[in-house]
Amino acid sequence: TPDPLITEVQDWASGLGDGVDATPYGLPIEHEADVVRRNVEWLTADTISSINFTPIHALDGTITPQGCAFERHHSGAIELRKEDYRLMINGLVDTPLVFTYADLERFPRENRVYFCECAANSGMEWAGAQLNGAQFTHGMIHNMEYSGVPLRTLLEEAGVNPAGKWVYVEGADASSNGRSIPLEKAMDDVLVAFKANGEALRKEHGYPVRLVVPGWEGNMWIKWLRRVEVMDQPVESREETSKYTDTLADGTSRKWTWEMDAKSVVTSPSPQSPIKHGTGPLVITGLAWSGRGAITGVDVSVDGGKSWTEARLAAPGTDKALTRFYLDTNWDGSEMLLQSRARDASGYVQPTKAQLREVRGLNSIYHNNAIQTWWVKASGEAENVEVS
Amino acid sequence: EKFGLGRPALPKEIAAWDLDVAPDGTGVPKGSGDVFTGEEVFAEKCAVCHGDFAEGVGNWPKLAGGQGTLDHDDPLKTVGSYWPYLSTTWDYVNRSMPFGDAQSLTPDEVYAIVAYILYSNDLVDDEFVLSDATFNEVELPNADGFILDDRQEAEAHFWNPEPCMENCKESVEITMRAMVLDVTPEEDRADAPADVEPVQDAAAEQPAEVSDEVVVALDPELVAKGEKTFRKCKSCHQIGAGAKSKTGPILNGIIGAPAAHVEGFRYSKAMKAAAEDGLVWDEAELAAFLAKPKTYMKGTKMSFAGLKKDADIEAVIAYLKAATAE
Repeated sequence: TPDPLITEVQDWASGLGDGVDATPYGLPIEHEADVVRRNVEWLTADTISSINFTPIHALDGTITPQGCAFERHHSGAIELRKEDYRLMINGLVDTPLVFTYADLERFPRENRVYFCECAANSGMEWAGAQLNGAQFTHGMIHNMEYSGVPLRTLLEEAGVNPAGKWVYVEGADASSNGRSIPLEKAMDDVLVAFKANGEALRKEHGYPVRLVVPGWEGNMWIKWLRRVEVMDQPVESREETSKYTDTLADGTSRKWTWEMDAKSVVTSPSPQSPIKHGTGPLVITGLAWSGRGAITGVDVSVDGGKSWTEARLAAPGTDKALTRFYLDTNWDGSEMLLQSRARDASGYVQPTKAQLREVRGLNSIYHNNAIQTWWVKASGEAENVEVS
Repeated sequence: EKFGLGRPALPKEIAAWDLDVAPDGTGVPKGSGDVFTGEEVFAEKCAVCHGDFAEGVGNWPKLAGGQGTLDHDDPLKTVGSYWPYLSTTWDYVNRSMPFGDAQSLTPDEVYAIVAYILYSNDLVDDEFVLSDATFNEVELPNADGFILDDRQEAEAHFWNPEPCMENCKESVEITMRAMVLDVTPEEDRADAPADVEPVQDAAAEQPAEVSDEVVVALDPELVAKGEKTFRKCKSCHQIGAGAKSKTGPILNGIIGAPAAHVEGFRYSKAMKAAAEDGLVWDEAELAAFLAKPKTYMKGTKMSFAGLKKDADIEAVIAYLKAATAE
């Protein structure tokens, strides 16, 4: 039968749409209202000190729109006007300095795309398959193009003393989140960023200025950055001792585990993105990333890791940024145990859950980069499972 | 290359922001506090979330206990069982606590609170006085419990130039299902219609009489001011659509409501008794309560110190009305 959507004149083909003044700053169309950040209420005591998740199951490409990029804050997302913004460089420097926002815009600037992943991403999955959706298991990640000034430029402006070995970076919000970063990293690729994806940072991502620490855990990407202190020792702040340390099975804990290991996940099909079209052509897609450099390849398995097929990268992997992969396949309607396995420029291969647990036990909380399995059933629905 | 941008930071400015304390005690100011004082300060400013004995309330962090559990399933990580340095506790309390009222404590109060946290972890006796002089005498039990990142060595086998591509395992069985544990938030299941609004908590439905009360137009400036003041309350109380009881009860419809009216919330004995005596939260009663909760009602669970300024109380009440009406 002829399709009435074609044979009948539709309202939108006859009447008029919105004028150019309808939405001066655009919003997603209402039909995409389910593509939003979501939080898991029982995870934390209060949403003010909490985290939500990027809807990675519903996105494509690699750039995360700011409006649905995950948030994590410890004392709420504060409002700090550019006019009230001050950045101090102090400690072991020749001249302690204060910069205004306007000062920052006068330094030579760079544009770089990097992923930011919370160290606790997939943390709920250490002891077993828990949350039924890629958004919840892997959604503490986003990937943006940042515009900003290298931290090195600002440190050189103040003049770093030879005794300086660390920088302590802290935010302006009530949590005073502060982290110690080795000077070597601070002088390498760290950015003091004020734009993301071309627009001003969002309040929840640290407007007007945040730190970008490529490849390292998201907690170090200080938001509302207000101070950088050059020091001869690390502060050992709450966020680098009592949190963001990885407890092993014997009770000792690793610290300074800053680098994010190579990781990947199939975003579709997945529990929140089931196959609805039946058998035939099927696009399997997902994301891969590594804190140690570029992604060099991603393998996909449909049989729970018995055999692997190299996926197609949408573009060659770039340094410490998300890479999109596709496996264009033909689904015969049989069950799949769907997995992806990332490989990076350092030669690292994403481990299985069993391999990771063998080294780290079950209590690490942070840095779970194990291979994820989705059980795709004949109905096309998918479930988070673990396999032998 | 120097650009000549920025200006020198003044000593007073550096002193205002450079507050961090290092493990060797660098950065602690002069001052002292004893366990007994700490118990009082803790009860007033910390216990609402962390419990009278630092045992934690609900999902809020436990600060005491857990020694010897780090190699167990779900270890209990507290200042006593896990934190390596006393400086971290002092620094965090000083700069980030109390939640919602950070940087309001004097150095002596911080010393006292930290002394009490040590006491509640059985690390000092009740005579103990923590000060800048005794600071470096305290060693925490798990100081040696940390190793530097050793992934390159301990996980060297994850670097593999030729990962298996074919016949990597003989058989594959499903060993664990998320659907069995069933902890995924309800509205996000694949089988749920995508456009369903999240279900509102039934407790958040507003009492009918509230809407009748808000006939007088509220001064938007006062409401905005009240919203700011309400930040002090937010760590425990929620208000508006979707609000839920947390450490404190939801506040929808509080103005004019009988005391202890939120179903399912566990009120103090004192509050229940007041309710039985017919206490109604009209503006005058609420203002008196907010000024000094513990004086107004001995035994209330609300450990908030109180709003000192009448203007703040007026503003918060205006906000409570407005936020309920939204």
